[in-house]
Amino acid sequence: MSFFEPYLPAVRLLIFLVGTVAFVGLNAAYLVWVERKGAGRFQRRPGPMEVGPQGLLQPLADGLKLMSKQLIVPPGADATLFRLAPAMVIAPALMCLATIPYSESLLAPRNLNIGLIMVFAFGSINVMAIMLGGWASRNKYAIISAARVVSQNVAYEIPMLLVVITILMVTGTMNLNDIVKQQGPYFWDWNLFRVWENPLMPVTFVIFFICMLAETNRAPFDMAEAESELVAGAFTEYAGMGFGVFFMGEYANILVGCSLATVLFLGGWQSPIGLFPGVWWFFLKLYALVFTVVWIRWTFPRTQFYGLLNLSWKILIPISLVTLLLTAVVMKLPLLF
Amino acid sequence: MNAFPASDWLLLGIFLAFVAATVAGALIAVNTVRIIRSVCGLAICCVGLAGLFYFLSSPFLALMEILIYVGAVCVTIIFAVMLAEPDEPTPERLVKPYPILGFLAAAAIAAGVFYGVAHLSLDTGWLNPAASRVNDGSVHAIGVALLTTYSLPFELISLVLLVAILGALAIAHDGRRKG
Repeated sequence: MSFFEPYLPAVRLLIFLVGTVAFVGLNAAYLVWVERKGAGRFQRRPGPMEVGPQGLLQPLADGLKLMSKQLIVPPGADATLFRLAPAMVIAPALMCLATIPYSESLLAPRNLNIGLIMVFAFGSINVMAIMLGGWASRNKYAIISAARVVSQNVAYEIPMLLVVITILMVTGTMNLNDIVKQQGPYFWDWNLFRVWENPLMPVTFVIFFICMLAETNRAPFDMAEAESELVAGAFTEYAGMGFGVFFMGEYANILVGCSLATVLFLGGWQSPIGLFPGVWWFFLKLYALVFTVVWIRWTFPRTQFYGLLNLSWKILIPISLVTLLLTAVVMKLPLLF
Repeated sequence: MNAFPASDWLLLGIFLAFVAATVAGALIAVNTVRIIRSVCGLAICCVGLAGLFYFLSSPFLALMEILIYVGAVCVTIIFAVMLAEPDEPTPERLVKPYPILGFLAAAAIAAGVFYGVAHLSLDTGWLNPAASRVNDGSVHAIGVALLTTYSLPFELISLVLLVAILGALAIAHDGRRKG
């Protein structure tokens, strides 16, 4: 035993990394199934039923199909960037997931004091990857989509960061695990309901959720992949696993966004009723949010591009500025008395 | 630090990878013909720099480097390139008017910059050695410094940004009236 003793930290690190990658892969595969089943339910049809019981083996069949297809690089495309773009979508999402505290002890090997910034730093690479993919395809639709992705993400990054600053002012730390620990064992201790710190806290959560939908390019904000007008947007020229990796990246980003919403607003691994805090509560909240994302996609039609930008610049940014100011005022009120 | 036997080599490998990314990114940015690829080189260079900041015990600065330079500056540059220049095929051959003279001038400037930076870092009487200032890169320290010691430059930067926004608005408004 003593021979292996010094290697234990390295082994723990390795297990954590492999676990994160496996978690993303499994989720990407089965969230597609959830999405298709959900879409089926919302449209009064059964969804995938053929492969396995209730279509449960469908993701495996899809994966095999995607992997056996040829990767085509269109002539005239920038081959290096074209191949690099899918990897640049999924790698930062994996980095972000490494910061998430799943439970009190199940978290990154090194407790990051600036985990919150890390999520946003690596999350910001996603835009660049989709834009490069669109540009490198040398396709008119893909370039239009790339231009849309940038204006959309720049517009929604601002209210998102303002909301996060509001949360930071309330919590006073960027350590995600400390943020979870601050929220007590009952649901009225969650940041979502801390209305005495900021009366608009639930509104803040709604803004965060809308921005998360827009940043991950999910319907009704999926202007990057508006298939009714742009074929498949930035992903038009991608075949086989190139497209598959983009797809996995989208689901990985949804996981990151929903995990962050869980940690920041819904108390992470804390129990809502004071019983058995642990990783199961985290996953329960996480998948409830993921289901909401699917639900929204199949309920609302896609918005128009100008409506999308107006929503951010004319509604979300002013409201998030107001919540920011309000939090500052509420925090400094005791100084007046 | 929880060190295990080969961790020194692993750390050295990661450090060298970051150095290589910085240098290679800079070389790509300078040498490539396509402007989008040079922006990608800039992004790689910034990721390498972020890694070097991390090795200098400033994780906050490292993440800011990625958030601002890779996530915002590079994206803005690519966006501007996509708006401004129609995507042209690579030119067949670059015309270099004065190859030897150009090389000499570039070498002289590079040597001058290298000498200047080396001189600055070696001969400046630094107030405290870097090892005793490990916590200066923390969020708290940077926040306090920005709002006390450097509050005037901080405010001036926001004024510059305001002027830039107003200028962009003026130009855009002018273009809209003509059309």
